[in-house]
Amino acid sequence: MKVSITVNGTTREDDVEPRTLLVQYVRETLGLTGTNIGCDTSSCGACSLHLNGESVKSCTVLAVQADGGSVTTIEGLAQNGEMHPMQKAFMENHGLQCGYCTPGMVMASIGLLNENPNPTEDEVRLGLEGNLCRCTGYHNIVKSVLACANATK
Amino acid sequence: MGGSILGNRVLRKEDPKFLTTGGVYVDDMLDEPLLRGAVHVTYVRSSVAHGLINSIDVSDALSMPGVIAAFTGEDLGLEQIPSPYNPMATRTLLATGKVRYVGEPVAVIVSETREQGEDAAEAVIVDYDVLDALVDLEEAMASTNLIYDACGSNVVFDSMVLGLPDNTGDAYFADCEVVVKGRYINQRVAPCPLEVRGAAAAWGTDGRLVEWLSTQHAQGAVAPIAAANGIDPSQVHVKTPDVGGGFGAKIGAYPEELLLGVIAKRVGKPVRWRETRSESMVGLGHGRAQLQYVTIGGTRQGKVTHYQLWAIQDSGAWVDMGTILAPFMTRPMSSGVYAIPNIECRTTSVVTNTTPTVAYRGAGRPEATAAIERAMDMFAAEIGMDAAEVRRMNLIPKFLEPHTTVVGQTYDVGDYETSLDKALEAADYKGWRAKQQAARASGAAVQIGIGISVYVEITGGVGNGESAKVEIQDNGHALVYTGTSPHGQGHATSWAMLTSEQTGIPVEDIELVWGDTDLVPIGTGTMGSRSLQQGGNAVFAVSGELVNKAKAVAARLLEASEADIVLDKDTAAFHVAGTPAVSKTWADLALAEKQAGGLAHSDVIGVAGATFPFGAHVAIVEVDTETGKVRHIAHTACDDAGKVLNPMLLEGQIHGGVAQGAAQALMEEVRYDLDGNPITSNLADYAFISAAELPSVTVVHMETPTPVNLIGAKGIGESGTIGATPALQSAVIDAVAHFGVRHIDMPTTAEKVWAAIQSTR
Repeated sequence: MKVSITVNGTTREDDVEPRTLLVQYVRETLGLTGTNIGCDTSSCGACSLHLNGESVKSCTVLAVQADGGSVTTIEGLAQNGEMHPMQKAFMENHGLQCGYCTPGMVMASIGLLNENPNPTEDEVRLGLEGNLCRCTGYHNIVKSVLACANATK
Repeated sequence: MGGSILGNRVLRKEDPKFLTTGGVYVDDMLDEPLLRGAVHVTYVRSSVAHGLINSIDVSDALSMPGVIAAFTGEDLGLEQIPSPYNPMATRTLLATGKVRYVGEPVAVIVSETREQGEDAAEAVIVDYDVLDALVDLEEAMASTNLIYDACGSNVVFDSMVLGLPDNTGDAYFADCEVVVKGRYINQRVAPCPLEVRGAAAAWGTDGRLVEWLSTQHAQGAVAPIAAANGIDPSQVHVKTPDVGGGFGAKIGAYPEELLLGVIAKRVGKPVRWRETRSESMVGLGHGRAQLQYVTIGGTRQGKVTHYQLWAIQDSGAWVDMGTILAPFMTRPMSSGVYAIPNIECRTTSVVTNTTPTVAYRGAGRPEATAAIERAMDMFAAEIGMDAAEVRRMNLIPKFLEPHTTVVGQTYDVGDYETSLDKALEAADYKGWRAKQQAARASGAAVQIGIGISVYVEITGGVGNGESAKVEIQDNGHALVYTGTSPHGQGHATSWAMLTSEQTGIPVEDIELVWGDTDLVPIGTGTMGSRSLQQGGNAVFAVSGELVNKAKAVAARLLEASEADIVLDKDTAAFHVAGTPAVSKTWADLALAEKQAGGLAHSDVIGVAGATFPFGAHVAIVEVDTETGKVRHIAHTACDDAGKVLNPMLLEGQIHGGVAQGAAQALMEEVRYDLDGNPITSNLADYAFISAAELPSVTVVHMETPTPVNLIGAKGIGESGTIGATPALQSAVIDAVAHFGVRHIDMPTTAEKVWAAIQSTR
């Protein structure tokens, strides 16, 4: 099936199988491997990216569902070599270790602040429940998100 | 300016890449020339836990779209390989004759795409004679239904074969005023790195095999890969891309990885393999899985005089590393932080029809700590004494010279009481006890529980040193080669700090090379919290030696005596003492040495032994006594890892460790039904802990440097897990202790807590 999807600002026309997941399209068709796959039950959130401005788990979206839409992946966040405030916050607060959950975690965290710009710690924890990390114990991820919220007030 | 960079909160060099493009994990290597045209490998896995294989029919699979080949173990001529820990146990890398756990690889599909391989794997027909599955450890121990016939028993290792004595039973406690017994289940858990296993293999035009592996120890994979492929180890080149977590489970190379070269040769193409999470949950090794019979005895005043532990280790269906953690890690640490004059500890490792067990964050030490700490709590409850006070009364007093426990383990340095005091104070222990009293008096549904653990563990017990090489490039930047293998720990930053401290070269101009067995042939990898104290220590020492070499070169160039040359670390330049205006930079020296092969130094730096980090954790929980639901509301960790290199990274390790400890104590458990079918084999069914179930952690710093290495560092990778787990379990039990509950096995789920309360009514 033909799809037209704007990914990180560039509109792409591609022919995809109907069963192709958005994460497969992004990784395999476009070669944007920053978005990771960590499970097969939509539990881990490693594949989180933005579809039409909202954070989604791209393993639960078919590529054809994104037809006509706009996708932002981790590769599309930095502008003119300047990291997004959330990327900076993760770096400054040691919000990542092995880096595997990181792209999804950053995208989900931006989505969280879009919906709730001034969250409490508990709201951040609950908001990121669907994004799993095995390294950080979430402590510094939560700290990063709260720091980003404060910095962009 | 000036001053040491060591001990500072230096941000990670590796982060911008991870944050902007993501790491390059093995499945992300789309541009690797040697993998052009690679085909996909999918393993067919046993659907039964224990059975004889009558036949494997791959004919339907072979006719499916995109399928290039399908092989059984017999097709590949696989030979029996003995376990390094019990050579009577043997297996083939694809099961032949018999399967021993659900998920064991029995055949392999090679296909154009991964999806085609998954479809074709479903079409392979394996005919089994199903045998009774052994899931229960004690049943397996007693059974004549043998998983490995040649072993003559399902017991595959016992501490008694090491010449260690058996436990003597109840008679041991004849002189004790108080004796308490327990049977504790240290349940099986899944390591769950976010990146599952993956690998790729290609035969180069030079006839050598290149394998990319998501591993913690590339150098350790060379020999088994060579053996599996029937080639000399010199013909194997292992490369490590970015690795998305390991936690011990990626130390050893697995059958699925060892066979890739064989498969690539058969099909004449490079191959890629990546398991699914559901495969990973049964194929990647599991951790813990120990049953403990504990008896503790002492005086009514609170002095513990006797302790007896029988640790029965579940090896799973292969005699893998999990087998030897009980005798070689749990047993030596059985005394914990306590001066107990009489200890008996026997360990027995048993095979079952479950996923093989391997090292998992802590690897045998969390089990030792959990046993003694739980026993201390039960002893305290029996004599009606405060849990903190019983511990204090029995702690080994502060020692700065080596101390040997009655089980024969020598600890380097320890100051356990100070760590306990610091943790209690930071946690407001007295304040929480008062709140707990108030909640109990009020009869509120939600009660408060306070758990304490004091622990000591072994780190750097693996390997007795590490290789390092520092090479100065033409532009004066440094390349550091290390035998460790970072997968989240931040070695690119930490090792750069160590080299920068010695050479004055800025951290941003120092790059790290690791995990490539051609570039770094000697290495013991990253495991057992060894990296800084062995690998970092080697980088520090070798960097220092390189400075000495550089001084000789500078002396030559400056026509001065070597003894008069000084390195100005602020400018990273060498000059004659007193005349800084005329100086030579690292780039100058590298240029001068270019004809002579360059300016570099490499060595293997030994260490005197393992180190024994220690600390105390205080966990606070709320328990809804009507539903049994537990909330972890506060956590204080005082972990003494010796001299701290980068406190930011240290804290990160503690946070992660605490989360994995809380996960085991409160939530996570790998479970099987009676037929050995896994019932937690994906992340929807396995209770992987999330941010919503954890509090932020209060980290209390304490530094007692070790004399064992140059930099005074002990390990920190596993301490958080070791300290947190018993503190959490204890807190949950403490919350319902006033009902008369003395013990609840981990994970302390709502169901178990509720049942424990009900059992007292």
